[in-house]
Amino acid sequence: MRASVRALAGAVVTVPITLLGLALVTFLIGRVMPIDPVLAILGDRAPEEVIARTRIEMGLDRPLPIQFFRYITQLMHGDLGNSVMTSHPVTEDIAHFFPATIELATTAMLIAMLIGIPLGVFAAVRQGSRLDNVVRVFCLTGQSVPVFVLAMLSLLVFYARLGWAPGTGRADVVFQDMVPENTGLLTVDSMIAGDWDSFRDALAHLAQPAGVLAWFSIAYIARMTRAFMLDALSGEYIITARAKGLSAARIIWRHAFGNIAVRLVTVLALTYAGLLEGAVITETVFSWPGLGQYLTVSLLNADMNAVLGATLVVGLVYVVLNLLADMIYRMLDPRVR
Amino acid sequence: MVSGITRDWLLSDSPASRSQAAWGRRYRLWLQFRRHGLAMAGLCVIVFVVVVSALAPVLATQNPGAQDLAARLAPPSAAHWLGTDELGRDLFSRLVYGGRITLGMVLAVVVLVAPFGLAVGCVAGYAGGIADKVLMRVTDIFLAFPRLVLALAFVAAMKPGVESAVFAIALTAWPPYARLARAETLTFRNTDFVAAVRLTGASASRIVLRHIAPLCLSSLIVRVTLDMSSIVLTAAGLGFLGMGAQPPSPEWGAMIASARRFLLDEWWVPTIPGLAIFVVSLAFNLLGDGLRDVLDPKQS
Repeated sequence: MRASVRALAGAVVTVPITLLGLALVTFLIGRVMPIDPVLAILGDRAPEEVIARTRIEMGLDRPLPIQFFRYITQLMHGDLGNSVMTSHPVTEDIAHFFPATIELATTAMLIAMLIGIPLGVFAAVRQGSRLDNVVRVFCLTGQSVPVFVLAMLSLLVFYARLGWAPGTGRADVVFQDMVPENTGLLTVDSMIAGDWDSFRDALAHLAQPAGVLAWFSIAYIARMTRAFMLDALSGEYIITARAKGLSAARIIWRHAFGNIAVRLVTVLALTYAGLLEGAVITETVFSWPGLGQYLTVSLLNADMNAVLGATLVVGLVYVVLNLLADMIYRMLDPRVR
Repeated sequence: MVSGITRDWLLSDSPASRSQAAWGRRYRLWLQFRRHGLAMAGLCVIVFVVVVSALAPVLATQNPGAQDLAARLAPPSAAHWLGTDELGRDLFSRLVYGGRITLGMVLAVVVLVAPFGLAVGCVAGYAGGIADKVLMRVTDIFLAFPRLVLALAFVAAMKPGVESAVFAIALTAWPPYARLARAETLTFRNTDFVAAVRLTGASASRIVLRHIAPLCLSSLIVRVTLDMSSIVLTAAGLGFLGMGAQPPSPEWGAMIASARRFLLDEWWVPTIPGLAIFVVSLAFNLLGDGLRDVLDPKQS
């Protein structure tokens, strides 16, 4: 375990540096913008002296390093500034919108795992077969479709033509705000409240965007699983297991898959981080009230505090997931220890 | 000399000059590449799109900006091969001109990013020590941001438009190249041939520029080609969100965004540019896969 302790210590040093770098990047982006933050708040009709006073109050007359120090101090206090659009603190907004994104991304992740992993395993077991080729082509198309096109076509087919799926949004109008908010995850909240109609409605609304979002991860997960499995299946211990007369299923799942599971955890963590990114466009098309939609709506309104706050939060989640993946890998794989 | 370039000259076992050896090697790679059906298909599509974009003024049947409100949202016909959009503009002509924007953005990003990533990676890998630590830490910070989100924030801070979009994508695209070039440089740094060059008195910059960087090129080319597909998607995504090319411009993502509300009835209007994005992106992926098998066999 000593190596994993050392890895943890290394992470304790490098993660704050990375986070500081993230903050510096968002700070600098906020400073290069051509929109004057004072004018954005006061409007261009405010008298000269009010503008000058506000500039001093906001600390914008200070040198950049001091402004950055102030920015970091505010971040440490969880203060991301106020959103011009909602007039709430950005931190509050993010806390309000993030659960919807987590619900969407987690569901997509589950779908992607349940389909992607078996696809990858079977493609590897029957390498070169028709199934293998179908999976390879599927993976390539999965990587090449723009997510907004897939989302729109899915709406066209499943909502407009077939009528199988409900439309956009997170719930029908009748069910909106009917369930007390506990976790912020609508499906879980309606289950807690025992409101099964609401639960069914939430699930139906969730299925389509989650399916679209999952599509891309299915491709990635299947491709990585296939590559890992091919590697594992060529090991000599597999030949030994075959020679001992073990069943094919036992060899594939217990011996080969058991050995790649650790590496797969890393892939899954990275996939989850990628899903948060894919959620930005998916949420926009499906009017899903999550962090991604918050980000794009703020973008169109030039609400920079909100944009930078959301960017920083997504970056933070990204860093933490990467770190987790790395640590799990180090702890579970004896070869790295 | 020109008449000397034959198959035999290229495949000669005992090349008489450096250029003959170099061209022979390229020819052999080409022969290997030609066997990949899917990669060849990708290459053909890319060549086709490049030619069509280059000849856009000749091929377009109408002015891509010309509005004809009497013929808005018309289905495909002889006059409008792919129909018209919400302002009666000819979709086929817009699609053809849109290829110029997409390919132009891809090219601009690659030209900005590949040399920069290569330089950062080679310098970090060859210099080692503090320079390596600092450069790689900066690389990690940019890698820590999800690409689209950072690009969005960056474009929002500047002015939405093609130039900002290119710059924003470039800002998020260089770190993987730096990582890759550094890893390659590390494998060459302590080889005998580099030591030999150093003994002859070559400067560090000469070693990096003339001897190490060229060896990193093949894996860089593979990575760039595979990346082009995601650049196409990111550029279209920015256009779709209103942060890339701006509306009158026939950029494919922006075309989809403005035609989105007609999805339910005139579904082909947003679908056709979507298909174009998909085909180009897929072609880059196929091409990259084939190139990887040929140029970088240890990766596949």
